[in-house]
Amino acid sequence: MTAYLITGAKILGADRADIVVDDGTIVAIGNDLDVPQDAERVDGSGLVALPGLVDLHTHLREPGREDAETVLTGTRAAALGGFTGVHAMANTDPVADTAGVVEQVWRLGREAGYCDVYPVGAVTVGLKGAQLAELGAMADSAARVRVFSDDGLCVADAALMRRALEYVKAFDGVIAQHAQEPRLTQGAQMNEGELSGVLGLAGWPSVAEESIIARDILLNAHVDSRLHICHLSTKGSVEIVRLAKKRGLNVTAEVTPHHLLLTEDLASTYNPVFKVNPPLRTKADVEAVREGLADGTIDIVATDHAPHPVEDKDCEWSAAAFGMLGLETALSVVQHTMVDTGMMSWADVADRLSVRPAQIGQLADQGQPLAAGSPANLVLVDPAVTRTVVPSESASLSRNTPYDGMELPGRVVATFLRGTPTVLGGRLAR
Amino acid sequence: MIRHLLSTGDLSRDDANLILDTAEEMRSLADRPIKKLPALRGRTVVNLFFEDSTRTRISFEAAAKRLSADVINFSAKGSSVSKGESLKDTALTLQAMGADGVVCRHNASGAPHLLANSGWLHGSVINAGDGTHEHPTQALLDAFTMRRHLGGLDGRRITIVGDVLHSRVARSNVLLLATLGAEVTVVAPPTLLPVGMSAWPCETSYDLDAALPKSDAVMMLRVQRERMNDAFFPSAREYSRRYGLDVHRMAQLPDDAIVLHPGPMNRGMEITADVADSTRSVIVEQVTNGVAVRMAVLYLLLSGTDNAGTDNAGTDNAGTDNAGTDNSEASPA
Repeated sequence: MTAYLITGAKILGADRADIVVDDGTIVAIGNDLDVPQDAERVDGSGLVALPGLVDLHTHLREPGREDAETVLTGTRAAALGGFTGVHAMANTDPVADTAGVVEQVWRLGREAGYCDVYPVGAVTVGLKGAQLAELGAMADSAARVRVFSDDGLCVADAALMRRALEYVKAFDGVIAQHAQEPRLTQGAQMNEGELSGVLGLAGWPSVAEESIIARDILLNAHVDSRLHICHLSTKGSVEIVRLAKKRGLNVTAEVTPHHLLLTEDLASTYNPVFKVNPPLRTKADVEAVREGLADGTIDIVATDHAPHPVEDKDCEWSAAAFGMLGLETALSVVQHTMVDTGMMSWADVADRLSVRPAQIGQLADQGQPLAAGSPANLVLVDPAVTRTVVPSESASLSRNTPYDGMELPGRVVATFLRGTPTVLGGRLAR
Repeated sequence: MIRHLLSTGDLSRDDANLILDTAEEMRSLADRPIKKLPALRGRTVVNLFFEDSTRTRISFEAAAKRLSADVINFSAKGSSVSKGESLKDTALTLQAMGADGVVCRHNASGAPHLLANSGWLHGSVINAGDGTHEHPTQALLDAFTMRRHLGGLDGRRITIVGDVLHSRVARSNVLLLATLGAEVTVVAPPTLLPVGMSAWPCETSYDLDAALPKSDAVMMLRVQRERMNDAFFPSAREYSRRYGLDVHRMAQLPDDAIVLHPGPMNRGMEITADVADSTRSVIVEQVTNGVAVRMAVLYLLLSGTDNAGTDNAGTDNAGTDNAGTDNSEASPA
C-alpha cells in the first residue's frame, strides 16, 4: 500500500502540519516527521484537512432505479464531495427491509471502493407503515445496520413509531424519522404560505413537520431510545428541538445543504429542479436552520442526495419527482452559508459533517479525530477557489442539481478512504 | 404587449385596457351577419387541452376561427401524469408542426408557464386554465362583462364568493380587477381561502351578507360537492346556507348590481336557479363575451409576430372595417 505525505495542510482549518498516511492509518501529524522512503507527496499548502465526511442521508437508488443512480456512480459523487461514508436510504426497489437487500447494498459499496456504504434499513415492511421490518436481522447482518428509516414516508402511526423506537434499543439503533404528517400534506407541492397561494400549488405546511417532531420527541422520551430527525426544515422545528435538548431529551437532527441556502421563491419558476421534500422554505426558516446548526441544536448536515432521471424533472411541477442532488456540492454550500458567514469554524464543519454523523450511525472507523492512530479517512479542501456548478460535470448519473450555474466557494482536492486516495487533484483517483 | 398570457398579474393596466378595448371591437362583430376577420389567416392556433373543458375549448376555437386562423384541437387528457406522452414531447410535436399560438389547459399549475419558458416551443402560449393557478382569459371576459354593465371598473366594488383555494378564476380575477382599479372582496369559509391571503390585493371576509349590500357585482365560484369529503365544509346544505346566492340574498344587492358565474354552475349549491336566470344575471352574456375577449387576446399576441400571414394593421382595423372581408381570398404567407 502506498504511503502518503500531505504537506502543510491546515488541520481543521487551523495550524499547518504535515500528515503521514500509511497502511490505511494516519501514522503521524505534525512537523519534521519521519516519512517512509517511498511516500507519495501531496501538496497541502492552502488546503484545509478535515476528517472524511459522513452522510447520514443519501439515496443511491440501487437496487431498482439504476437509471437514476447506482452505488458506483453515487459513491463516486460522494468521494468527489469529500465523503468517505454514506448511509444509503432504504427506499429502493425492492425496499431495503430485509437482511438480503441491505447486505447487497453494503457489498456493492465495498466493491465500488469509493466510499463506505452503510445501508439504512426500512422501519416498516415495504415502507408501508403497517408492520415492523425485521430490524434485528438487518442489525445482525454483514451490513450491521444501525440507522432505520422509512425516509420518503413518515412513520405516521404513533403506536408503530413507539414500538420501533423501543425495539431498536436492543442493538443501539436509531430511528431516523421523515417528519411529515401525511394527512396535512396530501398532494402537497411546496411550502404553504403566501407564495403557494399565488402559484396555485398545494401547500406543505410547517406544522406538518413540527407536529411529528414534537410527538416523536415525546414518544422517544417516554421509551428512552434514540430518535433522529431527518431534513429538518422549519424555524418551528428548530425551536422544538432546541427546547427538547434544553430539557435533556435525547434527539438528534439534520439539515440539508439546500435548506441552508435555497428558499421557496424558486418555485415561482415552476422548474421542478427546485421541487424537494420537505420543500424549500422561507428566508426566516433558512436563517433559523443556520442558527440551529451553528449553536448545535441541529447536529449534522446531511445531503438527502436524491438523483432523478431527466424525464422525472423535465415536466410539470406536480408531475415531477421530489428531490435534488447534493453530494458534490454539500461542502461548498456549507462553506458558503456557515463558514464564509463566520457562523462556524472548519472545526465545526468537521463536527457537523463527520464526527457527529458517525456517532449517530454508530460507525467506529469514521468521524475519528485527525490524529495518529486514526483510520486515514480524510479530505483536503481548497476554500479559496470558487467554481461554477455545471450539471453535466457531475459524477452522478443524474443532473438534477438546483445549483446549476451558481458560483460556490471551495473545492475538494483530495479524499482518502482508509489511506487510499479516491480523489486526487480534484478528480477521481481511479 | 406581452408575448404570452400566463397570468393576469403580468398585465399592466394599459395592456389590460388594450385587450378589453380590442375585445369591444371584436364584440361588435358578433352582431354582424359575417363574423369573420382575416387577421390571423395563415396562422396556426393549437388548442392543447389536457383537461376536459368543452366550453373553454369551443370558445377559443370560435375565436381563432373568426380571426381566420387554422385551428388544431389537441386533446391529451391526463397523458403526462399517466406516463403517456410527456408535456415536453407534446410541445416538441407542436413546435415541429409550426404552432404560432398554443392555448393550453392543464390540470397542473404552471404547465403553461413551463411551455412558455422551457424553450420547447416558440409560439405564444395562452393559459386557458392551469390547475389551481390562473385562468386569465376568464378574468378578462369577466372584467369585460362588468365594464360593459358598470361603465368602468375604477372604484367599483366586486365581491368574489366561493372556493378561492382551488379556483384559478379567483386568482386571475383578483389580480386583474385590482390592476383595473376595482375594490375586490373575497368571501369564503376560512377553509376555502389560501394561507397568506393578506398579501393579495383584496379584502377577505367570511360573511356574505355583510358584503352584498356594498357590491356592484358579485361573482359566484363553482364549489365542488366533493370538497366536503376533505372537510372543507360540513355539508353541501350548510355551504349553500352560508355562502350560496339565493333570491333573498340577492335582494340585498344595490339596484344596478350584477351577478356573474364563470360556469359550469352547480345550481342549488352556490347559486339558485332563479338567481342564475334572473335579470341581474349576466352569465350567458359572459359566454358571448368570452369569444370576443379571446379573439382580442389571440389577435394581440399573434398578429404582431414575424411570420405574419397577412399584413395586419393595428387595433383599429381589427374591428368593423374588415368585418365583411371574405377570408377565401388568399394572402401571401
